[in-house]
Order: sequence, then structure tokens, then C-alpha cells
Amino acid sequence: MGSTAHHDGEGVGRRDLIKRSAALGLVAAPGMGLLSACASGGGDGDSGEGGTKGKTSKDNPFGAKKGSKLDVVVFKGGYGDDYAKAWEADFGKKLGVTSTHTGTQEITGKLQPRFNAGNPPDIVDDSGAQKINIDVLYKNGQLLDLAEVLDAPSVDDPAKKVRDTLIPGTLDPGLQEGKIVALNYIYTVWGLWYSGKLFKEKGWEEPKSWADFLAICKDAKSQGIGGLAHQGKYPYYINVAIMDLIAKKGGLDAMKAIDNLDPKAFVGSEAAQEAIEAIYEVVEKGYLMPGTNGLTHTESQTRWNQYKAVFITSGSWLENEQLKQTPTDFDMKFLPMPLLPGSKLPFEAIRAGSGEPFVIPAKAKNLPAAKEFMRRMLSKEWSTLFAKQANSLTILKDGVDPSVRLRPGTQSTVEASKAAGDNTFRYLYTEWYGEMGTAIEAASNELMSKRIQPKEWLKRCQAAVDKQAKDPASKKNHRD
Amino acid sequence: MRKGQYRFVTGFLLVPVALYVIFVIWPYLQTFGYSLTDWKGQSQTFRFVGLDNYRKLFQDDVFLEAIWHNILFLVFIPVITILLALFFAFMLNAGGRGRAGGVQGVAGAKFYKILYFFPQVLSLAILAVLFNAVYRSDGGGLLNGLLIKLGLVDADNPVEWLNEPNMVLWALLLVVVWHGVGFYLVLFSAAMQSIPRDIYEAALIDGASRNQSFFRITLPLLWDSVQTAWVYLGIVAMDMFVLVSSMTQNMGAYGGGPDHHSDVMSTVMMRNFLYYGKSGYACAMGVVMLLLTLVLSVVTLRATRRERIEF
Repeated sequence: MGSTAHHDGEGVGRRDLIKRSAALGLVAAPGMGLLSACASGGGDGDSGEGGTKGKTSKDNPFGAKKGSKLDVVVFKGGYGDDYAKAWEADFGKKLGVTSTHTGTQEITGKLQPRFNAGNPPDIVDDSGAQKINIDVLYKNGQLLDLAEVLDAPSVDDPAKKVRDTLIPGTLDPGLQEGKIVALNYIYTVWGLWYSGKLFKEKGWEEPKSWADFLAICKDAKSQGIGGLAHQGKYPYYINVAIMDLIAKKGGLDAMKAIDNLDPKAFVGSEAAQEAIEAIYEVVEKGYLMPGTNGLTHTESQTRWNQYKAVFITSGSWLENEQLKQTPTDFDMKFLPMPLLPGSKLPFEAIRAGSGEPFVIPAKAKNLPAAKEFMRRMLSKEWSTLFAKQANSLTILKDGVDPSVRLRPGTQSTVEASKAAGDNTFRYLYTEWYGEMGTAIEAASNELMSKRIQPKEWLKRCQAAVDKQAKDPASKKNHRD
Repeated sequence: MRKGQYRFVTGFLLVPVALYVIFVIWPYLQTFGYSLTDWKGQSQTFRFVGLDNYRKLFQDDVFLEAIWHNILFLVFIPVITILLALFFAFMLNAGGRGRAGGVQGVAGAKFYKILYFFPQVLSLAILAVLFNAVYRSDGGGLLNGLLIKLGLVDADNPVEWLNEPNMVLWALLLVVVWHGVGFYLVLFSAAMQSIPRDIYEAALIDGASRNQSFFRITLPLLWDSVQTAWVYLGIVAMDMFVLVSSMTQNMGAYGGGPDHHSDVMSTVMMRNFLYYGKSGYACAMGVVMLLLTLVLSVVTLRATRRERIEF
């Protein structure tokens, strides 16, 4: 450790200086990395149809141009991306438009710079943990109003508009300030799930009331099985149970009060109070699967697949997501949330709607082909392709060819939605107000971990609603 | 300087400086610019809002709490890591008492060195996966499984390490320390080995104890390395992004849970930047982070400045 630095009082030596500036640079390094993440490319790309618009015809109302290129980005998650490849192949064959395909989980990482630089893809499935929030994209003027696609003639029946061939209400979640800017393509139901095999073994019946539900949890606990499992690291899931109880107890008004940021959405709402007290009873009586509050979605779902818990909350992507972990004789079944006494909606009522938003960026290079692609997504042929590859239903009414055999879980969701009929509901606050959603999720996690009581939960959720209501940008979203 | 040398030096400096200006300084300035707007991150349309973002920042409980978490890390990560590393390094290099009165490490020192260094080889992402399995909140977790087997924890109420407000920061701290000790051990070892043996031997002959030879000889002669370690660990403490975002409970995006108890500045910033679409606001956070890190690094370097001991 010999030194060449000067230390005879004439200031900082050369080596010291270099060392010090290096150290300073290093200290600043993490800040730098993050800061430069903030910095953007800049510049606006030109949008539009110039050059990419071909001849329009009955089969090709938007004039997708033969030989042009379509840039498709698909979230490669629970549904994989094979379905999109099948579509793209068909698109190329029929219209001569070749596609560049990107299947990824890093939607934000890959697309944020492109949106920002005005160079987005032509069509995007904006889903998954790293999706770009639709409200954020919309507020930046990045999304095409899809009215034109929805009002175009349907592929299967040109006498009908595309929008009239869809399951009612499935367009709602794509709504921003009265415009449909995202096409939520997959028909999804949310609720509780259980194993038909376990139920048969234990001689349990599908619980229709909250009391029956608790009775099964109690019985299960006495046999060393957890009652309810949830995906604690992502409190989104337990909010499905909580919010569904509120909607079923208090009816659609209780649900809309939350979406519309009512000053009595939580505090002062009888439905909300009873629902959260009911959920808290599960926690208090120890009916949760041990440790479930800290597990990820795959961890807790896999535990559930191993018969460590009776029920779990999730949406209908669950079956496809757990394909590899599910025993062959598991017999996955869907269950609507059981009812609290005096509920306004019947037991059969379910949260149903659509997920997996597909968007067309307003600045897409090949708009005609993108629109045509989306129109064809809503044809029977492509919808069946999807059901085969991704093992799920689409928002197209009777969109799956009867020859396709569905898995037990998906089949049970089909039956549940038939039984529900018009008795479906769907929250929109998660799509409209990301920040408020996060605050409610945090409160729910505190409750599930027994760190706060129902009263405090109501207060915290109301505070989140009130805070959102104060934001001037929130006023434009409203549902009747 | 000789003739032509200036040109030579300038030629060498020009390219790096240009690169630095383009890729570091310019983004900084841009970020500062954005922090004065209501930029939402997904397009180039925004409004100038002056210092609004900064005003809001000082009322943002989540961000203020996150700063405290960073400061907590800043206090504990360097202290614990350096103390452990120094202790181990000293034991490995001068801890053993030789038969002939010489200075050497404890038996098996070379083997330990390799063993200790091993965690450093793992990337942070692997570390997160590894420790997620250690901290898993049910009986399947390494810690919980062990404690349940030993009868110290009730199987129906396993410890949710990362879901306990009072535990989560310490759990993360342990990961960082586990990861870092080996590296600094090797760093300090190298420095210790360059300390001439005769100094130790002289001390031994004078009857110095282990403690005395550590505090009177080793530590002063290692001061430069300790200072470097301190600065590096300070960087780790100010960042923590990877571990928090991939191990802790989700707060919409980028971890930070339960209930923001493990949020650090970088996770709050990224959440605002991309998930909430408050990018201008996030840029203001970035600027504050830069200022804080600069202040802290200056303070650290000043506070640890010592007279250099030459040997």
C-alpha cells in the first residue's frame, strides 16, 4: 500500500483527486441510472393512414394494404401467445399483410419508450403485471377510439355491426371518458374456486350462503385443511372477494357508489360494512390457509392445487395458469361468492366481464391493417382459434365452435354465466383509478393480516375514494 | 508539459467527456426540466407547472417514509457489513496464533475465504429468488419450516417475514449483509496482507493482545479500504430497488409492502413514474434523490477523512 499521493500541505494530491471524483461518481451512480430512466427520447412520429391504406372492399372495409407490415405486441402470460401467432398466420394468408410478432411479459419496458417517442406498434395486448395502465395511456392521447372498428360490419354476419355480436357489458372496462379505447377481448368471470374431487371426498355441498361457506371452512380446519387461500403478495385477489360481497349485498348501487367516488362509498355504506365484517370473520376464526398472506399468486394457487385449502379467489384465467400444477382428477370448479343475509343480488350473480385489453395506438403506422386485424379478432373463426390455443372464452357471443371441448374449470364458468344471465356486475374503479386501487389493496392486506379492524378498513378505503374525488381529472369518469 | 502533449491528452479526454455529457449530464438536465411539468410519461405533451411537484413531494407521506427507510439502510448496512467483514478478515489473516510466534490466520483460512466470497457471485435477481424461498410465509419456507420442526413456531401461524411491518426492513437488510460481507472480507484481506508482517511481529513481541493489534495497527492501516467500502455500501443503501421490488408485497407495482413499510425512494419513484403515470412528479423525486445522494457522499467523504499513514 505504498502511496504516491502528496501530503505535504499543498492540497489534494493527483491520485486523491481521481479517487475522490471516482467515489463521488459512484455515489451518484444509482441516482443517475434512475434519473436517466426518466429522460425520454422525445420527438413525435407521424401517424396515420398515408401510404398504408389500400383499396377498401366488403371483405376489407378499412383497406388493409397487401404487402404492408403489421407490428403486433402480445402479452405472453397465462394465455401464452400461440393464439396470436395463429391469427397472424391467417391474416397473412387472407390479406397478404405480414406481421412482426413480439410476445413479451415486459410490456412497459418495451413499449413505454416507443409510445413516448411516437413510434408505437400497431396493435398491443396490454396486460400482465407490467402493463401500461389504460388510463395513463389514454390521458396521454395514445389510444385510438375504437368506435370505427365496433361499428364496422361483422365478419360473420355483415348485416350486423361488430358491437352487436358481443356479450353485453363486455366493452365497459375499455371505457375512458365515454369512449371505448381498449377492447377487453377475453370473457372472464371472477369468484371462488374449489376442487370437485375434494368436495366429493368430504361430502360438502356448494355453499350458497355465507353461513354455509363458514361451516365448510370450519369443517376443513378441523381436518387440517385451510379454508380460504388468497394470493397475499398481490392483494388484488382478496379484493375480488371483498368487493363481490359488497356488490351482492348492496346491489349495483353499492358497486357504482365506489366507481363513482361517492362520499358514502365505504363509510356509511351498510353493504360495505357487513361485507368487510364477514371477511374479517374468516380471518379472526383462523380459516385462512396458514401463511397465505405472504404468498405469491403461483405459490398459493399451487398450495390450493395440493388440497391445502378449500377455496381460492381468482378469475377464470386460473385454470390455464395452473395447468401444469393441477392434478388430472382435480376437477376445478367455479363458485359465485356466497350470499350474506338480505343480499340484493341472487346467489347466481357473478362478477363477469372482459379482461386482456387490446389497444390500437393512435399513432400506429399501419392503422387500416390494425383495425382490420381487430375486426377479425371478433370473428367466429379467430375466436375459436383463441379458445383452442388459450383455453378460454372470448367476448364474442357463442364465439366458440361447439366442437371444441373445454376443460372442467372453463366449462363450469360457462354454466355459471348461463345461470347468472343478466345478473352480472363489474367494477371499473380498477381501470379508472390505479392509485385508489392500490390504496384499497393496501388496506385489505392490513385487514387480512389482522393489523387493522373492519372499521379502520372502511375509513382507509373512504379516504382513498375522497382523495381520488378531489383530483380534477377524476370527474370525467362516471357510470349510471 | 512537452510540446504536443496537450493535443494528445485532449484527444483522449474528448470522447469520454462527450459521452458523459450526452448520456449522463443531458438526461439530468432533461429530468430537471420534466420535473417542472405535469408530464405523464407516455407522450410528449405536457404543461409547465413550476415547482408544484416539489411542493407536493414534501406532503407525500409515502415518499417521506421511503426517505427514512433509505436513511435507516444507510446507517445500518455499511456499519454491520463493514464490522463483520473486518472481524472475519482479521481472523482469517491475523487471528491465529502461530506456534513460532508468527502472525497468521485461523486454521483453514483459505477455504473460508472462498466460502465467504461465494454469495458475491450471485446476482441480485437470484438472491431475491433464493431469499424469497427462505422467507416464504408458510411451512414451505426454509426459516418457517425449520422453526416449525423445532417447535418454535405454530404451524397454523407461521411468521410472515416479509409481511410484518416491523420485520421487513431487517429481513431485507440481512440479505444485503449476507451478500456483501464476503466481498469486503476479501477486499480487507488483500489490504491486510499488504501490511508488513514485521509491524505485527514487533507488536507481538511488545506483548500486544489481539484487540490491541487490531485497533492500533490493522484498522488505521486499512482506513482507505474502509472508506471505499463505506461509499460503495452507501450506494447500495440508497438504491435497494431490486430487492424491494422483487421480494416485498405488491403496492400496485414495484413492491414496497406491507402498507409501504418497505418502500424506498426508488420504488416510490418508479411506481409514480410508470404505474400511476405521474412522470413529471417522479422526475422531481429523482432530482431530490440526486441531491440527497450528493449531500450524503460529500458528508461521508468529509467525515471519514483521516491523516494517511504511510508504510
